[in-house]
Amino acid sequence: MNSAADPIARAPTDWKGAAMQRRLRRRYRAEWCFRLLGLSAVVGSAAFLAVLLVAVLGNGVGGFVQTRVALPIDLARQGIAIDPARLRGPGANLALAAANIEGATDAAAIAAFGTGGDDLLSDSAWLTVRDAIKADPTLLARRVTIAVPAADGIDSAAKGHGDAAEQVSFARLQTRGAISRGVDWGFLTGADSTDATSAGIWGALKGSIFTMLVTLVLAFPIGMLAALYLEEYAPRNRWTDLIEVSINNLAAVPSITFGLLGLAVFLGTMHLPRSAPLVGGLTLALMTMPVIVIAGRNAIKGVPPSIRDAALGIGASPVQVVFHHVLPLALPGILTGTIIGMARALGETAPLLLIGMRAFIAAPPKGFIDPSSVLPVQIFLWSDQIDRGFVEKTSAAIIVLLLFLFAMNGIAIYLRNRFETRW
Amino acid sequence: MTEQAKITARGVSVFYGANRAIDDVSIDIDRDNVTAFIGPSGCGKSTFLRALNRMNDTVANARVTGEIRLDGEDIYAPEMDVVQLRARVGMVFQKPNPFPKSIYENVAYGPRIHGLAAGKSQLDEIVERSLRRAGLWDEVKDRLADSGTTLSGGQQQRLCIARAIAVDPEVILMDEPCSALDPVATARIEELIHELKGRYAIVIVTHNMQQAARVSQRTAFFHLGALIEYGSTSDIFTNPREPRTRDYITGRYG
Repeated sequence: MNSAADPIARAPTDWKGAAMQRRLRRRYRAEWCFRLLGLSAVVGSAAFLAVLLVAVLGNGVGGFVQTRVALPIDLARQGIAIDPARLRGPGANLALAAANIEGATDAAAIAAFGTGGDDLLSDSAWLTVRDAIKADPTLLARRVTIAVPAADGIDSAAKGHGDAAEQVSFARLQTRGAISRGVDWGFLTGADSTDATSAGIWGALKGSIFTMLVTLVLAFPIGMLAALYLEEYAPRNRWTDLIEVSINNLAAVPSITFGLLGLAVFLGTMHLPRSAPLVGGLTLALMTMPVIVIAGRNAIKGVPPSIRDAALGIGASPVQVVFHHVLPLALPGILTGTIIGMARALGETAPLLLIGMRAFIAAPPKGFIDPSSVLPVQIFLWSDQIDRGFVEKTSAAIIVLLLFLFAMNGIAIYLRNRFETRW
Repeated sequence: MTEQAKITARGVSVFYGANRAIDDVSIDIDRDNVTAFIGPSGCGKSTFLRALNRMNDTVANARVTGEIRLDGEDIYAPEMDVVQLRARVGMVFQKPNPFPKSIYENVAYGPRIHGLAAGKSQLDEIVERSLRRAGLWDEVKDRLADSGTTLSGGQQQRLCIARAIAVDPEVILMDEPCSALDPVATARIEELIHELKGRYAIVIVTHNMQQAARVSQRTAFFHLGALIEYGSTSDIFTNPREPRTRDYITGRYG
């Protein structure tokens, strides 16, 4: 080549020169800074999560543990006379309540621990006695010792809190060897109560399960079909643009607005029962559906057009293309959207307050139209209680909520991995 | 319509919106021969190919005018079922596109949706016959349960051919079937086209002129959406009538 005539002739690039070395160092430094920033972001988030988990677990584990007092009770001397036949039927609880087991329990406590002894026991201690009698009616004729839940204050003292008087009472009981501790099964099987020692989470958990079932059954198929229709069938015109914008906006609407909608439509117009998981599920489904539609559309867009061509090319009908090819390939993405939507719905409190799920409900719901609470609302209600026993119940309920969330996500991730196609 | 013609097209134009991609093309496609469509990029040869089994229907603003008849039946008539048409006129695409399913499923899918097999054993038979015919059987017979996407590019394309012939089509349209393949795999596909000739009417779009010369008996030259020249492959390549064809064949442009 004739370099003299070359109009863009230039000196050969000096790859080892000082300027080049500087540029190189700058590049390495930028690389290093970026990696450090990314790493610190990950470490920071992990640390926050760890702090949260430790704090919640530290506070909440106590909520699963119950302090019990061994109560000697001589039911024979209390002169409780009940026809043993009545103890087997469904009226047993009523019969025992009428026989004043509560009074007998208090009397036994006073007899055992002196004046004020009944205050050492939980208000619901007599229920434990009642259940023991139901399990074994011969107790009525004997002197027995039954471990009953301790009063809130004693429970706190046992866990290292409590005021001075409670600490003294607790120490007195402990020297008598009357204190025992164990898993609070009542917390896992009971419903809300005004008394912290007998408050349970099962009612709210069951309410959450029912609500989530309704939400899933409505939002998943409707959201998925809407996404399929919009992506695969709907013509592209002004109307579908309008629908797309509306769905995007709907996904961003503050959740309390959906609560007002639920209140107006499901309770006001349709007269569905207040506080019911059915209504909660309907309301949350409205909120979850747009999330599923958006995620679903993106997943469907991600299916390569060549697969559609291949199926159409051997004579598959549009419905066959969608259900044999597009949907199976898009399903993992749709499930991811469903996980996000359902997780958000599970933690939702505000809209459910408006449709009456904040009522005090002392029995677990039996079905979809029974009044019930849900976990986040229960947490909200308990966190508002002055009673100290509810502090750890609140944390314990948060643990249950998190476990439920993990279980739900675990199932969804398992399903997603099962349907995932490896290319 | 001659005795030989499988497909007759008369005055066919294809529009994408206001843009005319194919302008007034009339052509007879032979029953027993391989027909090649050649021409420079963007000349509309693939568009015209896709008009032959109505794959353009899936393009939102595409419109076809004129008349295309398959064995005398107007394929754009309202009573023509497009699903059956595509089973009768199969297609092999530029990029191998096996379903992300097992090799067996890839081939069995077509016969299954059209109800061509009475039972499992008959389906097995169709799958084996199609894979044999596509020259793939010996390579995959021990791994029919593997995903079709685990095969090499050339094998994938032969799998797509097996998938197309599994529904026993009358015509196979091939849209640049070798453009994503290496020379060895290309030679294998060309061999296969020779073997399939006569059993199916084959139309192949290619911008590789040597390939057109090797595999086809009839060649159509497209340019700017128009059919410039159509005749026997030997005539087109050795004795073209049109100067534009000659310029393209000799590599003057394209």
